Amino acid sequence: MTSHMTSSVRNSKMATHLSCGRVNLNILREAMRMELREFLDKCAGSKAIVWDEYLTGPFGLIAQYSLLKEHEVEKMFTLKSGPLPSSDVKNIIFFVRPRLELMDIIADNIQREERGRFPQRDFYILFVPRRSILCEQRLKDLGVLGSFMHRDEYRLNLIPFDGDLLSMESENAFKECYLENDQTSLYQAAKGLTTLQSLYGTIPQICGKGECARHVANMMIRMKRELGGSQNQITPVFDTLLLLDRNVDLLTPLATQLTYEGLIDEVYGIQNSHVKLPPEKFAPKKQGEGGKDLPTEPKKLLLNSAEELYAEIRDKNFNAVGSVLSKKAKIISAAFEGRHNAKTVGEIKQFVSQLPHMQAEKASLANHTSIAELIKEITTSEAFFDNLTVEQEFMSGFDTDKVNPYIEDCIAKKDPIIKILRLVCLQSVCNTGLKQKVLDYYKREILQTYGYEHILTLHNLEKAGLLKLQASSRNSYPTIRKTLRLWMDDVNEQNPNDISYVYSGYAPLSVRLAQILVRPGWRSIEEVLKILPGPQFEERQSLPPGLLKKRQQGENKVILVFFLGGVTFAEIAALRFLSQMEDGGTEYIIATTKLISGTTWIKSLMEKLEPPPF
Amino acid sequence: MDFYTANWYPMGSVYYRKFDCYRMEWDLRDGFRECLVAAGPYAGTVALMRNYCAKPGRPILEIYSAAGVLLSSIPWKSGQVVHLGWTLTQDLVCIQEDGTVLIYDIFCAFKRHFSLGSEVKQNQVLEAKVFHTEYRTGIAILTGALKFTVASNIDDVKLRRLPEIPALRGPPTCWTVLFNDRVPLVLAAVGPDLYLLDNTSCTAVTLPGMSPLAGSALQMAVSFNYKYLAVFTDTGYIWMGTASLTDKLCEFSSDLRQAPKQMAWCIRPGSRNIALALMWEKLIFLVGRAREGVHFPLDEPSFIVPELDGIRIVSSSTHEFLHEIPKVTEDIFKIASMAPGALLLEAQKEYEKESQKADDYLREIKDQNHLSDAVENCIEAAGYEHAPEMQKSLLRAASFGKCFVEKYSPADFVTMCQDLRILNAIHDYQIGIPLTMTQYKQLTIQVLLDRLVLRRLYPLALKICEYLKFSDFQGVSRILAHWACYKVQQKEKSDDEIAQAINQKLGDTLGISYSEIASRACECGRTELAIKLLEYEPKSEDQVPLLLKMKRSNLALAKAIESGDTDLVYTVVTYMKNEFNRGDFFMTLQNHPVALSLYRQFCKHQEPETLKDLYNQDDNHLELGNFYVRSSYGAEKRVEGRVAELQNAVEEYNKAKSELAARATEDQIKLLRNQRALQDKVDKPYLDFSLHDTVYNLILDGMHKKAEQLYKEFKIPDKRYWWLKISALAEKEDWEELEKFSKSKKSAIGYLPFVEICMKHQNKVEAKKYIARVGIEQRVKAFLLVGDLDQAAESAIEHRNEQEMNMVLSRCASAADNTIVEKINRAKSLILKK
Repeated sequence: MTSHMTSSVRNSKMATHLSCGRVNLNILREAMRMELREFLDKCAGSKAIVWDEYLTGPFGLIAQYSLLKEHEVEKMFTLKSGPLPSSDVKNIIFFVRPRLELMDIIADNIQREERGRFPQRDFYILFVPRRSILCEQRLKDLGVLGSFMHRDEYRLNLIPFDGDLLSMESENAFKECYLENDQTSLYQAAKGLTTLQSLYGTIPQICGKGECARHVANMMIRMKRELGGSQNQITPVFDTLLLLDRNVDLLTPLATQLTYEGLIDEVYGIQNSHVKLPPEKFAPKKQGEGGKDLPTEPKKLLLNSAEELYAEIRDKNFNAVGSVLSKKAKIISAAFEGRHNAKTVGEIKQFVSQLPHMQAEKASLANHTSIAELIKEITTSEAFFDNLTVEQEFMSGFDTDKVNPYIEDCIAKKDPIIKILRLVCLQSVCNTGLKQKVLDYYKREILQTYGYEHILTLHNLEKAGLLKLQASSRNSYPTIRKTLRLWMDDVNEQNPNDISYVYSGYAPLSVRLAQILVRPGWRSIEEVLKILPGPQFEERQSLPPGLLKKRQQGENKVILVFFLGGVTFAEIAALRFLSQMEDGGTEYIIATTKLISGTTWIKSLMEKLEPPPF
Repeated sequence: MDFYTANWYPMGSVYYRKFDCYRMEWDLRDGFRECLVAAGPYAGTVALMRNYCAKPGRPILEIYSAAGVLLSSIPWKSGQVVHLGWTLTQDLVCIQEDGTVLIYDIFCAFKRHFSLGSEVKQNQVLEAKVFHTEYRTGIAILTGALKFTVASNIDDVKLRRLPEIPALRGPPTCWTVLFNDRVPLVLAAVGPDLYLLDNTSCTAVTLPGMSPLAGSALQMAVSFNYKYLAVFTDTGYIWMGTASLTDKLCEFSSDLRQAPKQMAWCIRPGSRNIALALMWEKLIFLVGRAREGVHFPLDEPSFIVPELDGIRIVSSSTHEFLHEIPKVTEDIFKIASMAPGALLLEAQKEYEKESQKADDYLREIKDQNHLSDAVENCIEAAGYEHAPEMQKSLLRAASFGKCFVEKYSPADFVTMCQDLRILNAIHDYQIGIPLTMTQYKQLTIQVLLDRLVLRRLYPLALKICEYLKFSDFQGVSRILAHWACYKVQQKEKSDDEIAQAINQKLGDTLGISYSEIASRACECGRTELAIKLLEYEPKSEDQVPLLLKMKRSNLALAKAIESGDTDLVYTVVTYMKNEFNRGDFFMTLQNHPVALSLYRQFCKHQEPETLKDLYNQDDNHLELGNFYVRSSYGAEKRVEGRVAELQNAVEEYNKAKSELAARATEDQIKLLRNQRALQDKVDKPYLDFSLHDTVYNLILDGMHKKAEQLYKEFKIPDKRYWWLKISALAEKEDWEELEKFSKSKKSAIGYLPFVEICMKHQNKVEAKKYIARVGIEQRVKAFLLVGDLDQAAESAIEHRNEQEMNMVLSRCASAADNTIVEKINRAKSLILKK
């Protein structure tokens, strides 16, 4: 009992970053944990979990190993073909995404197990985020469906990442929705929103822009009807849901993010709130051990708002991070100096009691100073500067209609292909398509330099609208740019007064749409909305009488912005900036199918063709 | 009231009583002669099969309520029945001589059957018994070959043949089913010997404490909870002990020699007393630990039904219940009892008479501090009474008494009133369920509701749910759904009428599943009705599978797509794929783009060839082109095979008017052939390098001519070729060739890249060679690259370019650079002055 209690205290402490915001996302996390516990308790006795490896990251945000251990999970394996590792547990549970290729592996595992002379074990399967008839049929065809004691689904649709951030971590959502017309992830999104409504109340207003947005809203309304007469009796926490298709704003993710968190993601890649960094900078500096025992494993750090310092700097423009770090360094060393002033026993006692907190702060500062140094090496390089210059030229509408010499040089030097694709796509988007001559030139250059197999990737980018032929001679981007004030010349990176600081001049289109929706309303930009793809809409969901919120004076509205197809950290930073604006009157919670950067996004659209082995 | 204890029979210090439940409604002129009888536990229904072995005339199967009201009957058309029994879920099990087991519901509707195997069929069933474990019903049979077979769960029949009893000549005189840790065992008596048969062995056993001279067992009985066993021998000796055969509880010697027709335990749960009822033609004899038994003469042939807390005795005219009197009842009603409950009952009576004795009684209880006990006892005792008057007077007493107890919680009182009200309602002879409180608590209200639903007593079930304030989900919806499932079977009404009637009554009640009702309609062959009902179902995931079952795949597809649930769409698509011919299947997909896209996704991973067919059907040449490109990277390893695939791609790209793609693919073919030839010539893999990498490698390998040839053939832009060549030469560190190249003609990229590339390979000496040729505007940069700050500064000053000067300044770090800094600052101030 005691051990259970202490661990639950510990767990709740680990999720403090979820409950600090306006909407307590810990409720969602707790609901997810509860569901997991209930499933685990259905399989009585000791158990081993066989993991679909992709799931371990997202699961880590919901439950640590300690929770699993409390429910008699003794072993964990990675799902792979061949015999299961031996273990003397009573139950084997497969945690998998509903994918046919995984079913084949599971069937192989089970058949080997059943052929063996091991004591018979009970098999279970937990589909995340949902059961699939197709997969169960495959298991049946392979003759192992009957081997499962129980099959269930774990509706892990929206995973809380931070106090204001939810993600489905559905890796291919954009590709599936916009290229393949497979709307499975949109269905999951609607399911996730339905769960959210069951915990946080019916959202009275749903707005959106884009085909996918419309589809999700329709499904949400339908699912609500399916739930039947039961009226949700929870006072709504969210006032509005804003659904945005990623293809309404294809531009933003292509640009290099310039916030601290955005740059960490651009350079090192953040996965499930974790980042892996080169270890050299983090070597413990001890005297007399110079150069010896340098760590070779990458340094893995958890990045979320639970860390005070990170919460403060994550959304700042990188150029404003240095001053915060040095200020912080002074404060901390002053605090440590405080021990000399502590004279009385009481004072010393107080100092000692603060010591752990101070030490944690010191470690945090050391880490971020190291990261900032690593990033600075890159941002001050000529290559970075040149790349950024070209990006900014495109976004501000300069020379977008001809072959760009910098891109040409980069191809000639065979820079990484993703960099090239990002730039070419950015140019295409900022010019509402490229002229035939320009487009063909780029394509030929890319194919010759990087290989003809990339023809499929180029086709994909065209299908997604990232690359296109200019249909008419009219370029509509300048209209959009001017109406939405996407380019701000007088950007203030240190003390920003506009969201354009996150890209040092460019204000993300998606976030502008969210901003304008609140004030002065979308009616003011109808012309632009017509140019942007997909329908725009507004729905109202009826609430049971008595639940209509009477807003306290000075109480902010809460808007849930759902990015269908992915969102970048810079966009998140921009929305957080809007939440914090004193006269904003609105707080934003962000949800998405996947946290993306330009690189991961383009990568998901690339076709990986490999020559047959010789 | 003076006669309250008139039907009490003392056996030793324990009292038993027998009371009437019902005058039976049935008309059984011949009693139970030529009848097979089975009565279900927990006041269940009674099945009778008349004339069951009469040769002329058909047997008739009849099912009655416990009050003898006929529920249903059918002429028996199947084989010779040996034994009837009830399952826990109130299904009738009919075991035939030929080993077939038929299952009927209480309305004589056939549900299913199964066979006990060919061996049983061959040897025939001699005797059979139905037994129950906690959640299951099992059967045990003795075959004509004198072998036992057991199936411990009739819902999942797994036959177990038990070992033979050695040297067995005729059937055992009697046998029964016992349990050892939930595994059924058979105990059989053969002459004076007893054998216990489990899965693997047959063991001779003796009953502890039974004299060897006690004789041969003629009859045996296991208690309701399978805890106790009783054996009656041909010397009139009765042994009573635990079913584990470890302990004797007591024994009794009677002067009866004939085997009793039936024997049953009569025990109250929680009581330490035991009693066994033995029944002969005209007598029921109750024995226990006491020296004397109790005789109950019988007027008519009867049968007894063991229950949890007593036995039911059913004859052609009456239905009686015999049970041990609970301690509380005894305390209150025993003559001259001074127990608190008894006094409270008296007090209340006096109070009604407005006599002051009421106060005396009350004071007496209060003085002993027993008032709450008294109240509790009266409440509890009310539960054991069958007659409402008695229940009322006890409850009145409790109600009176509780007024004098401080802070008395009325919960027990209220619950008892509710429970009794329900019990009295079901006791009514038209319902005919004489459950006792003890049985009811064991059975639970949920099971009782199920039983009422099974009896189609929907209104009563609904009333009870409302009375107990059950949520819709728990109660009303479940019952309405059952009602609707019954309703759809009414063949005389039209589909519309029924669909409307159901929707009217059910509406959108929470927890109603229209698909379940539709599914029942479908089972009854009423497809149209099912479809109508499905329209009311809000959940697509419930609609779709049923529509498929009814072969309405187009409607199913529409519903699936409407829901947005892709898994459902896949379900329908997979179904169509199997059911339709390919042409129809593709045509249907054409009309449903969402389904088509999903099927393409499926094919991409599972059936690439089908994908091609789909694109062909759409004339989607671009995708076909892509498809061939993809397959050129597939399993095909030979270059010519890959070229053939690419050739196909070229054709498709041309048809798609995708000129660039066609040309690029042609180029790819050309390149592949070139690479093939190269690979044959030099021993180095060239295949699948990009054009860029191919040329680069040619230069690395010193094949400048070939490189030049490809550069021209593929029209590589000059700029890129220059970059490529100098990078390769630098990597090769062929500085001589690099210099030669730089002088071959005017550079397409200027000369700064030469400096850059040399520096990239840390060759300052070579780098410096090119600085002079770098254009003026880039010269500062070039000097900076080679680290010559002095020259850089000179250049910048010469150009009078402030930006360049600043660039140089930013590189000045060490003290040694101070002179340069000064120089630049001087120049800058000069510019400013101007």
